[in-house]
Amino acid sequence: MDFIGFLIICVKVLVVFTATMLTVLMMVYAERRVSAFMQGRLGPNRVGPQGLLQPIADGIKFLMKEDIIPEGVNKPIYLLAPAMLLIPALMTFAVIPFGTTITLLGREVPLQVADLNVGILYILALTSIGVYGLVLAGWASNSKYSLIGGLRSSAQLISYELAMGLSVVSVILLAGSLKLNVIVEDQQGYLLSWNVFKQPVAFLIFLVAVYAETNRLPFDLTEAEQELVGGYHTEYSSMKFAMFFTAEYANMVTAAALTVTLFFGGWDVPLLNETSMGALGAILSVLSFILKTAFFLFLFIWVRWTFPRFRYDQLMKLGWKVMLPLALINIFVTGGYLTLTSLR
Amino acid sequence: MATIVKSYEPTFWDKLYLPALAKGLAVTLKHFFRKKVTIQYPDEKYVPPDGYRGLHRLNKYPDGKIRCVACEMCSAACPADCIHIIPGPTPWEDGKERYPVRFDIDLLRCIFCGFCEMACPEEAIELTEIYDFSNYTRDDLLIDKEGLLGVYELTKDTNYYSRPNAGQESEALTSDKF
Repeated sequence: MDFIGFLIICVKVLVVFTATMLTVLMMVYAERRVSAFMQGRLGPNRVGPQGLLQPIADGIKFLMKEDIIPEGVNKPIYLLAPAMLLIPALMTFAVIPFGTTITLLGREVPLQVADLNVGILYILALTSIGVYGLVLAGWASNSKYSLIGGLRSSAQLISYELAMGLSVVSVILLAGSLKLNVIVEDQQGYLLSWNVFKQPVAFLIFLVAVYAETNRLPFDLTEAEQELVGGYHTEYSSMKFAMFFTAEYANMVTAAALTVTLFFGGWDVPLLNETSMGALGAILSVLSFILKTAFFLFLFIWVRWTFPRFRYDQLMKLGWKVMLPLALINIFVTGGYLTLTSLR
Repeated sequence: MATIVKSYEPTFWDKLYLPALAKGLAVTLKHFFRKKVTIQYPDEKYVPPDGYRGLHRLNKYPDGKIRCVACEMCSAACPADCIHIIPGPTPWEDGKERYPVRFDIDLLRCIFCGFCEMACPEEAIELTEIYDFSNYTRDDLLIDKEGLLGVYELTKDTNYYSRPNAGQESEALTSDKF
């Protein structure tokens, strides 16, 4: 790779990383503000205009707090766990295409950090690695609440990762590729060309699985405050706790972006052909991607303040007895349809 | 006799759960756009309704004479024993014979039950709507006759919290209300 190509990649990595972190900050603020609004309160509105600087104040608070390492923890693993959770969470965004290809300095620059051939597998693999962080944090803390939290997250992972993967398979079948770029391009064109209209069942399964994957209500059994104090991060304080927090929100950002990419046409603006519109098309496509992602991020909060938590056995039942068979049937139907149409 | 309650048999539509989920989301979204109930206290102040039992005041006649005749009915009625009156002969030519030389209320002991205003035959002592009169020392929470008459001046015309320039001078007033 030549120098300019390397530079462009560096800039893209920086932009995507900053954007993700900023979105995480905004989400921390939005979470509190939206929850307050839904409960008839105002929420934080004192720091900066409309309280927009609140996450910065929160961040400073986290940095200033005493960093406690409790007695009896398994120190290396205890220190490693937050990083094990945060790094995969931030890495996932690398393969998500957030806009069309633009021409910069006489070369084609796709608005995506890395166009992997196995994009979806990469994402599924990384989100699974993230759960190791939770489990290890729970185990290394030497606390029963943390341990139960970690245990629950591993059980939750097994029951939902399958359904999630299988629901994605039907999307892959339609696009014929694991490349996220190809999947997005496959959804271009006419009005109802997004996968959500072609694969509504897969979309619903994926959406539910994503909530379990990111440990959000109604599936936040791993940190269920009322039962487990804080779940896997009970024994963590200061910046290490903040890392768990950041990782959780970064996971949400990635999950929202992935939902948009797989089912809502990614950067596709309905009824427009962005790729032929040059710079304007690129801007429009990025805007459309941001808007769609923002909606799904709002949905995360919206759902959190609407639905109560599932019980442990209900979660298992839903995962194994409902979503897994549904996903399998969906693959079967999609595969059958594709076979029949190709035979014709 | 036992009544047989037939349990609701969920239909297929119910078992999908999706309509119920959508309904729940609609409820929270409706609340999202509703008017917020928060009163941002030091900036905005809650205006208590008439009959609120807050800080006491001593009423005056329109000509400026104190209504109180130092009968000590209020201090007798007081369950917290917080009203202390020293009576004396009235300084004015006409009207009542008795007059409170001292009229002290220990706000730290007062339970704001309103018995004093019910016991008063002259409608001289009254509880006002003022609720934010916390202070830094115990001494500042012993209110004397001048203080009580001052509270009367503050509250005789309008509700203390809905007066025109409410909020701007309130901090200053808190400290030298008495």
